Amino acid sequence: MKNYETVIGLEVHLQLNTKTKIFCGCANTFGQNANTLTCPICLGLPGTLPVFNKEVLKNGIRVGLALNCKINSFVKFDRKNYYYPDLPKAYQISQYDFPIAKDGYLPVQIDGQLKNIGITRAHMEEDAGKLIHDSEIKASLVDYNRTGTPLVEIVSEPDIRSPQEAYDYLTSLKLLMQYLDVSDCDMEKGSLRCDANISLRKEGAKEFGTKAEVKNLNSFKAVKSALEFEVGRQKKLLDSGERVVQETRLWDEAKQITLSMRSKEEAHDYRYFPEPDLVPFTVDQKVIDAARKALPEFPLAKSGRFIKEYGLSEYDADVLIQDKNLSQFFEDCIVNYNEPKKICNWISGALKQELNAKKINFPEAKLSVDHFISLIQKVDDGTVSNLAGKDVLKIMLDTHKDPNAIISNKGLAQVSDEGALENIIAEVVSENPQIVEQIKLGKESAIGFLVGQSMRKTQGKANPKIINQMLKRRILDV
Amino acid sequence: MITKKDVQYIAHLSRIHLAENEAESLTKNLEGILTYIEKLKKLDVADVKPTSHVLPLENVFREDVVRESLSQNDVMNMAVEKNKGSFKVPQVIE
Amino acid sequence: MKLNELTAHEALAAFKAKTTTPKALLETVKNAINRTEKKVNAFAHLDEIPYNSKEDAKAPIPIAIKDNICIKDYPTTCASHILKNFKPLYDATVISKLRESGANFLGHSNMDEFAFGSSTETSHFGPTKNPWNLDCVPGGSSGGSAAAVAANETIWALGSDTGGSIRQPASFCGVVGLKPTYGLVSRYGLIAFASSLDQIGPFTKDVEDCALLLNLIAGHDEYDSTSAKIEIPDYTKSLINDAKGLKIAIPKEYFIEGISPDVKASVDEAIALLKKKGATFTEISMPHTEYAVATYYILATAEASSNLARFDGIQYGLRSLPKEQRKTSLIDLYEETRNQGFGQEAKRRIMLGTYSLSAGYYDAYYLRAQKVRTLIKKDFDDAFKQFDAIITPTSPTTAFKIGEKTSNPLSMYLSDIYTISANLAGIPAVSIPCGFSKDNLPIGLQIMTKPFDEQMLFRTAYSYEQNTDWHKKRVNL
Repeated sequence: MKNYETVIGLEVHLQLNTKTKIFCGCANTFGQNANTLTCPICLGLPGTLPVFNKEVLKNGIRVGLALNCKINSFVKFDRKNYYYPDLPKAYQISQYDFPIAKDGYLPVQIDGQLKNIGITRAHMEEDAGKLIHDSEIKASLVDYNRTGTPLVEIVSEPDIRSPQEAYDYLTSLKLLMQYLDVSDCDMEKGSLRCDANISLRKEGAKEFGTKAEVKNLNSFKAVKSALEFEVGRQKKLLDSGERVVQETRLWDEAKQITLSMRSKEEAHDYRYFPEPDLVPFTVDQKVIDAARKALPEFPLAKSGRFIKEYGLSEYDADVLIQDKNLSQFFEDCIVNYNEPKKICNWISGALKQELNAKKINFPEAKLSVDHFISLIQKVDDGTVSNLAGKDVLKIMLDTHKDPNAIISNKGLAQVSDEGALENIIAEVVSENPQIVEQIKLGKESAIGFLVGQSMRKTQGKANPKIINQMLKRRILDV
Repeated sequence: MITKKDVQYIAHLSRIHLAENEAESLTKNLEGILTYIEKLKKLDVADVKPTSHVLPLENVFREDVVRESLSQNDVMNMAVEKNKGSFKVPQVIE
Repeated sequence: MKLNELTAHEALAAFKAKTTTPKALLETVKNAINRTEKKVNAFAHLDEIPYNSKEDAKAPIPIAIKDNICIKDYPTTCASHILKNFKPLYDATVISKLRESGANFLGHSNMDEFAFGSSTETSHFGPTKNPWNLDCVPGGSSGGSAAAVAANETIWALGSDTGGSIRQPASFCGVVGLKPTYGLVSRYGLIAFASSLDQIGPFTKDVEDCALLLNLIAGHDEYDSTSAKIEIPDYTKSLINDAKGLKIAIPKEYFIEGISPDVKASVDEAIALLKKKGATFTEISMPHTEYAVATYYILATAEASSNLARFDGIQYGLRSLPKEQRKTSLIDLYEETRNQGFGQEAKRRIMLGTYSLSAGYYDAYYLRAQKVRTLIKKDFDDAFKQFDAIITPTSPTTAFKIGEKTSNPLSMYLSDIYTISANLAGIPAVSIPCGFSKDNLPIGLQIMTKPFDEQMLFRTAYSYEQNTDWHKKRVNL
């Protein structure tokens, strides 16, 4: 058996979240009725002309800078000519030889190690419409709402060496772009799309093998699975002395396989030429410097800072920075309550759980720093138990009320008054004679069960520390 | 020089169906025109910059401000074939 | 004089003097169309358009619009079968401006299909005839606009000029035709032939009207990225009959083989007249002139092949399917629609353009042509460093016979030999009447100036015109 090295390069299309489309004033929004977000320009009607959205260039520059690219000072658009019903002009306005950004890299955490994945280029272009197959009428239907949505295409170098690395690259890229706030990076909505080029070569070989291009990848998981499938398929071919055919293959999510595109493979002859309807653009060094200055702190830098400044563990810091908003919230909380570890635990634990359960993003939860801190403080000073605190958080997310109000309204304040707990302790001890016996015989850990029983009887309101002390005193007389 | 095979390839790229006799006459036409165009090869243009735009304009932008879109009805009135608010085309198989 | 034979400035004066009304003028013009259109075939579409009743209108003048300029909800077809029944969802910028001025659109004038031609013979609606001799072509591609003005079927008209498509038919039909500086008039709504060369411009009966109509359509447009941001002067202020001190160049490359003796004689006379009026003339060389046609046909067809790709039967216009097949695939729809929808010349140009852009040929054809374009432009830049204007014939010949050049595309292409360079250089150029041939066909004089110096163009043209009577000749049909 020979050993092969896997070589993967990814092409990511990112829909920018500008207010309007790239070359016309139609709103850039998702999920409207078919053909209600079009105008003569994005429909490509004869006689219309494109005018470039300033914000798209700004975001193009920011993407380039975030990916450590060189920003081209001279930028132009070109026409990429091909026929498809979703492309109303039968050419796509894209960038050929002077893309906005080139020669960069993205640092990716792979197996705890940082690896720089090269970025060949990033260029701006217009999105095509949507072609939906309708089996009922045995025809396809075209909706041009998406036509003209601004895209940035990010092309990686063939530096990725495994399907897992591809997955990690995408995760890092998505996070970075979310920090930049240029796209919502939602693969389900199609605002982030990915095509993969994959080939194998004998270990140690310098030459690349023949690659296959894999399309129709609808999630990061699909990217990984499709690449894993391709590794197996290509390996089998090579092992049996066959050739890998250079072709486009589609991922079949249901069958978990890639299939060669049945339509006859066109020689790609896109006849690129400079778009005569758009003038060139020059990007001033001053503009680049200003954009660089205005870049947000990136995930990796932030996690490093969290470890250094707040003494978080690498793991904790990494969890926090996975969500730009949560990591910002974390820091806002610390300003008012300097307990980084505790706040981190509450955010990564209870808060994330609740957000997941409610299937909402953090901003949608509309949680205020003050409320959140005062909840944690109430738990810390023993006013409410940890468990009750979680209930309070849940109610806070539903009602947006002050935690103090919730605690007093619901009577969730922790009972620390020993007199009030005396009866409950007595009850629990008399109901569990066997456990009590075990404890007396030295199995002190069994006391946890009795604490639990007592807590239940107080609906979680009791202070477990006090209960523990009282039980020990009663059973062991300490 | 340009062959009939080239012409058929170009016709396919251009999405124009050409009948056999049409391809033949077009080959002849194009051959004549291309021969005439050959004269450009006499010029040494190695150090000449290409002109894409005759005006020295650059950086023409639009602000990111929403303008009203057309109604679905207006768009569909133009459609050569339509269905459910969309343009209808032959089944696209992938 | 009949109302429809008036110039626009005469008509405006008559409105002011209350000797006639815009409505009466429109009626007279429409009657003229009814009388003579069968002979001339100047229009592609004459569907009725509601009367523009704008009050205090600046120029409530009837106008013919070339069939490649979009009028909202009005058939706009580039004289092509492929745009059958197509009605734009918007007005071209020039149309909005004209509406604002009170213009009444008479209809869409005939043209070579997609402006591909120099004779208006490639129209899906049949050829337009030259009003001066119905056996001859009116020139092209804006032959319908030129013929409509010459035949008094309109007061003035708009055309488009990519390689001479306004000036050459103006010359053949004995009217004034101006191609403005690239970027002076918005291209928004002009169905593109070659985006880097196209300009909309006026056809009028005299130079004064030309300045008036340019006033109405020129100006920056935020919908056209290639539209120049400049202050537009009042061009009628440049109507100065004074050639004194004008420094004019005559490029010798425009007076060689193929020029008809009648044309040469008329242009020589025109030069003599301006000399008498105080202009100085110098013969110069513009060494890259001979490469203009080849350069043009590479660049223009390449851009056209891409611009016309959208006519594919998916959204609007014609959709054709092969008859013999039961099941149609997308590729059949594309190929059959475009086969049925485009005429011979359109196919030829799309193919040529596709070829020069295709893999392996780009550098040899397209890129090289763009470089030669730089050289051609430089010839003009150099000339305008020393001279106010360049004067040449508009066309080497007068109008040729219908059918005379249709079988030889190259000979047709070469009839644009004097006009193409102005498009490649982006400069303004006007054709004005400067005489008639022995067989009574009009001859045109071409004047070119540096970019955005339409004022100098008007002054030179006016200084000539006001000392001649050619522009006052009317056809009797």
